[in-house]
Formats: sequence, C-alpha cells, structure tokens
Amino acid sequence: MLAQYIGRRILLLLPLLLVVSVVSFVLIQLPPGDILNMEVLRLRSAGTQISEEQVEALRQLYGLDKSLPEQYWLWITNILLEGNFGTSFTYVKPVSEILAARVPLTAVVSILTAIFVWLMAVPIGVYSATNQYSIFDYFWTFVSFIGIATPGFLLALVFLWIAFVQFGISAIGLFSQEYETAPWSWGKIVNLLQHIWVPIVIIGMASTAGMMRTMRGMMLDELNKQYVITARSKGLTETRLLMKYPVRTSLNPTISTIGWMLPGIISGEALVSMVLNIPTTGPVLLQALLNQDMYLAGSIVFVLSVLTVIGTLLSDILLVWLDPRIRYEGVS
Amino acid sequence: MTRETMSGDQILAAGETRPAMTEEALLEINNLKTHFHLQEGIVRAVDGVTFSVRRGRTLGIIGESGCGKSVTAHSILRLVPSPPGNIVDGEILLHRRDGEQSGSRLEEHTDLAGLDARGAEIRAIRGGEISMVFQEPMTSFGPMHTIGNQIMESILLHQADVERAEARELAIENLRRVGIPRPAQIVDAYPHQLSGGMRQRAMIAMALSCSPRLLIADEPTTALDVTIQAQILELMTALQEEFGMAIIFITHNLGVIAEVADEVAVMYLGRIVEQADVIELFDNAQHPYTQGLLNSIPHIDDDKLHRLRAIEGVVPDPYQIPSGCAFSDRCPSFMPGTCDRAMPGLAETARGHLVRCFLFSDAEES
Repeated sequence: MLAQYIGRRILLLLPLLLVVSVVSFVLIQLPPGDILNMEVLRLRSAGTQISEEQVEALRQLYGLDKSLPEQYWLWITNILLEGNFGTSFTYVKPVSEILAARVPLTAVVSILTAIFVWLMAVPIGVYSATNQYSIFDYFWTFVSFIGIATPGFLLALVFLWIAFVQFGISAIGLFSQEYETAPWSWGKIVNLLQHIWVPIVIIGMASTAGMMRTMRGMMLDELNKQYVITARSKGLTETRLLMKYPVRTSLNPTISTIGWMLPGIISGEALVSMVLNIPTTGPVLLQALLNQDMYLAGSIVFVLSVLTVIGTLLSDILLVWLDPRIRYEGVS
Repeated sequence: MTRETMSGDQILAAGETRPAMTEEALLEINNLKTHFHLQEGIVRAVDGVTFSVRRGRTLGIIGESGCGKSVTAHSILRLVPSPPGNIVDGEILLHRRDGEQSGSRLEEHTDLAGLDARGAEIRAIRGGEISMVFQEPMTSFGPMHTIGNQIMESILLHQADVERAEARELAIENLRRVGIPRPAQIVDAYPHQLSGGMRQRAMIAMALSCSPRLLIADEPTTALDVTIQAQILELMTALQEEFGMAIIFITHNLGVIAEVADEVAVMYLGRIVEQADVIELFDNAQHPYTQGLLNSIPHIDDDKLHRLRAIEGVVPDPYQIPSGCAFSDRCPSFMPGTCDRAMPGLAETARGHLVRCFLFSDAEES
C-alpha cells in the first residue's frame, strides 16, 4: 500500500519536473536582450572594437539565433543525456562546475535550517499552547512577531554590526581564513560547524516564528478535543498523553509545509548569503540574472526546483507515515 | 450534610450483618460544588450536589443541557479543566473494601475532591477503578493510533504484570465481549475506519478493560441513532450483570433512564431537584420540573393525540439565575412570595424520595 503510494507519487513527479524545466527556461529568456548584448556592451565600453559579424558569429556559436523551443530542446537534452548544463558566460566555465561547488552547501544550509526551525518551533509551540497566556507564551509570541516581521537580510546586517562593534569579530563567511581555500579535512568541517549556525539562525528566524504560531494554534485546537479528555480519563500522565495524542496530531501541518518552506528558505537564503558572504547558490543566481547568464541562472533555478519537489515528496511520504488517516483516504 | 437514607446505609455497612453487596455505597458525593471562575463572573455549574452510588447499581442523572450533569461526572474523575473550574466545596468519597487496593484497612475512603488533579493517586483511579465513556464516539479516540493500541494502553497502565502480547489478547477479548465482529482485525483498525456505533462499543471495551468498579457513562448514546442506542443500552446492562460494576448514567433522555437506571437524580441548574427509585420517579414525580420533563415525551399508548406540553421558557443564563428557587421563573406552580424568596431544601416525601420544592416541604436550604 505504502510502496504503491510512493511509486504513484514519483510517477506524478516526472511531468511536474518537465513543466518546472520549461518554466525555468522560459522565465530566464523573458527579459529583452541576451547575454551577448551585455557582453558586447562590456567589451565596447572597455574600448575593444567588435563588429556586427563577430557578434553574429558568437550568437551562432552559442545557439542564440535558434528559436526558443530549439534552444530549450538543446539545453534539456544536454542536461539529461550528458549532464552538461552548458557554459556560464560570466564565469567562463561549465555551469556544472559552479553547481557542484555551490549546490551541496545550499542543500546543507537549507536542510539544517529546516531541522533548526523544526527543533525550535515544535517544543516552543507545544509549551506555549499548554501554558497559554503565561509569561513564556507572551515572550515567544512577541519574539515570533518580530521574527515574522523582520527580513532576514536586515537581521544579518544587525548581527554583523553587533558582532563587529561589540566583540570585534567579523562574522562573514562560512570558514575562518586559514580554511577558506584549504581542501576538505576534519578541521575544516569543525570550522564549518562553528560558523554555519549564524546563517541558519538568521535564515530560519521567519520560518521558526511562523511554525511556532502554527504549532501553538494547532495544539490549542487539539487540546480541547474529546480524545485528550479520554486519554486523561484513562489515567495517563499529562506529559505522556500530550506527546502521544495532541502533539502527534498537531505535527501534521509542520510536516506538510516542509515542501513550501524549502523555497522560502532558499530565497531567504539568497539575500542573507549576500550579506554574510556565504558561498551558496543565492548570490551566484542573483549575479547570473543580472548578467542574463541564462544557462547558469536557468540551471540553478532548475536544480533548486528539483530539490524542492523532492523535498515535497519526502514531506508527503513522512506525512503518510505520521497520519494514518491520509493513506487510505488518498489512495484507495 | 448527610441524608437520613445514607446514614442508614452507613450504619448497616459498619454493622455485623452485612447487607447484600449491591446495597453498599461505592461512591458518595456530599455537597459537591464545582464552580467556574470566568471573566464574566462565577458560574456555579454544580452547586451542592449530594448522592451516592451503590455497588453494582445504576444511578441515572437526568436534566437539560447545562444543568451540571457532565460537570458532576467530570468532577468525580477530576477532569474539570482548572483554571477556570474548581471544586470549591464538598467531598467525593470512594469506598474501598479490604483488598481492593493496596491499603490494608478494612474499609477505606478516599476523598477524590481532595486529591491533586494531576497526581499519581487520581491517575491510578482513572481508568482503573473508575472509568468513563463519553458522548462523542466520533472524537473519543485519538485519530493517530489504532483502537487496539489505545485499549492496550489502558491495560498496560493499570495492570503492571501484563506483557504487551498478553495485553493485545486482552484487548481483542474485550472487543469481542462488547460484540464487535472480527475483533482480531478490528484491533488493528484506526478509529476513522469504524462507524459511530462500533466506536462507542470499542470505547466501552476500553472503559471496561481494567474491570472498573464504577463506570461513568456521560450521554453514551446521545450521538447514536436509535437502533444503535438500544443495542448499546442492552450491552451495558448485560455487561453490568456480568461484571457487577456500578454505573452512573448521564442522559437527557427519559426513555433511556427508564431502561437502565435503578435510581434517578433529576438535576436543574447545578442542583438535584428530585431523587428517587426509578419506578417511584416515573409513577409519582413530584417536582414540577420532573413532571414537566415527563409530560414532554410522547406516549405511544395514548388514546387520542394531543400536543406535547413543553416546559415554558428556557434554562436561564448562568449569570442571571432567579432568586429563590432556580426553577421559579418557569414553574407552572409558582407561588409568589414563597418560591422567589428562598431556595427550597431537599426533603424526603416518601422513603428514598427526595424533592426540592416548597409544595412539599417548608425546608429551606441553609
């Protein structure tokens, strides 16, 4: 039953991914002009003479003279058949190389942020609900309003300023200087962990605040349900009955929203990463879009979308495992 | 305030000649007051209720919505949410005989009203000695766990010597006992896979899984359709005969009460207004409110059809209860200058028949 459900979901993903790839590609092509306009402009302003014939030759070389469907077909077949994402004009190296350097780190930051959000929001939400209108509840309500209302990049700036002015620390980047260019080693991983909590907390702030409120609201609903009183009437201790019944039911939305929490984290991550100078895909994507570096931008959007879709799939599977009501109503 | 009938029982219970087991008091509630302290004021949901439940017998509590039936039941197991609800006065005495609990005294009372509502003592009683069946079978089970898991939870909690595998067998056995078909499969079913009637049966199976001495049934058949209702009532009476537990049966349905109860207490706005043996109550209802309730049910054997007589008015707002007798503003026998002056006391008009009304006694509530 479960295997069948997962299989069906994976089959449904294939057309979705196709649509995602088309949308990614078309979106990148939408603005007027292309990478060559930018390039020519740059060369001319640098004083290099470049003729219309040369531009046309370049255009043919990069396949920019072809129609949009043709360009898309070339792009997607290269990715699927050869793992070739094309070449970045700005960085003058294969897109796959840039992705290989940046995507894993983005994934790590995103996943760790999701875990951080979950670990913070769930216990606080549960405690706030069971101690509604206590000082603790008011405190976290206040914190969560601030968290929702403050953009991540502003938090990052404030954090940098405080760290620098108060402690004299430059909290930029993910590694200390000596590890910046060093090959991966145990020491480098430890160094990474020492730095990575800063972006995680800042990026996760808004999601944590939101999920805290969701969890609190869900719990308040569930706490008044008959089955909680039933459980209490059986003689369970308060903690055990909370964990087994209302908390379990309330977790439902925190799992189902992982899917759309990920894009939020990734876009929030872009701005925060710019500020904190973290080598994730965010800053590269922004640069690529500004330069109309279409293969790079399109590939980043595509890869991140694929990761998000996979995240949604995982959250759906997790949900089926968590909530027995979904499996049977959804499939049969 | 101990009533004459009750003190009589106590003398018998303590004396040499023990009466039949069924006549002994199991639970004795004295002057119970459960109030809710809300922003709008104090709601006296239960305001001086006294009754006792005998071993192996059924006490029916009847009354309109909001009269304090459920709060009384929840108070016994200390399930009233606090804040805002508090037991402000009275006792809830659970009597235990020798050997029924680890305590070695011959007879032991535990005052449930004095226990910590979250403490270990009341938790040992909940689901073990006293268990409860609720009104909404659709939401009474947690949605995320199987029926079997939730029944086993009760068993494992109160019977320390039972292993998991054995608890599962016991859960299946309990489901079979309440008439659930294919219990070995239903034990692994989730609540949403069962019908309301089946869930209520499973609920009863869970409540009886630890052989309680008192079962509190809080409108167990209200949410079910009539045929299922009859089946559940039949089942409960049969199980009572088999296991000899006492039952407090709360309902607003007089027909149901007539079917199951040995003794009936009629509640109105937090107080008992009339209490009697079930036959005495139906033959000789004295309080105008009880008479009103009886008149408002249709009789199949009437020769000619006539309109049902409803009780005038509605239950008053809990913050604006009339002065004097709480029923005075709806009472057809209202006596100006008497009923609005003071709250009548409960007076015995026949053996075991108590009425709170100035028509029968001048006694006032102190």
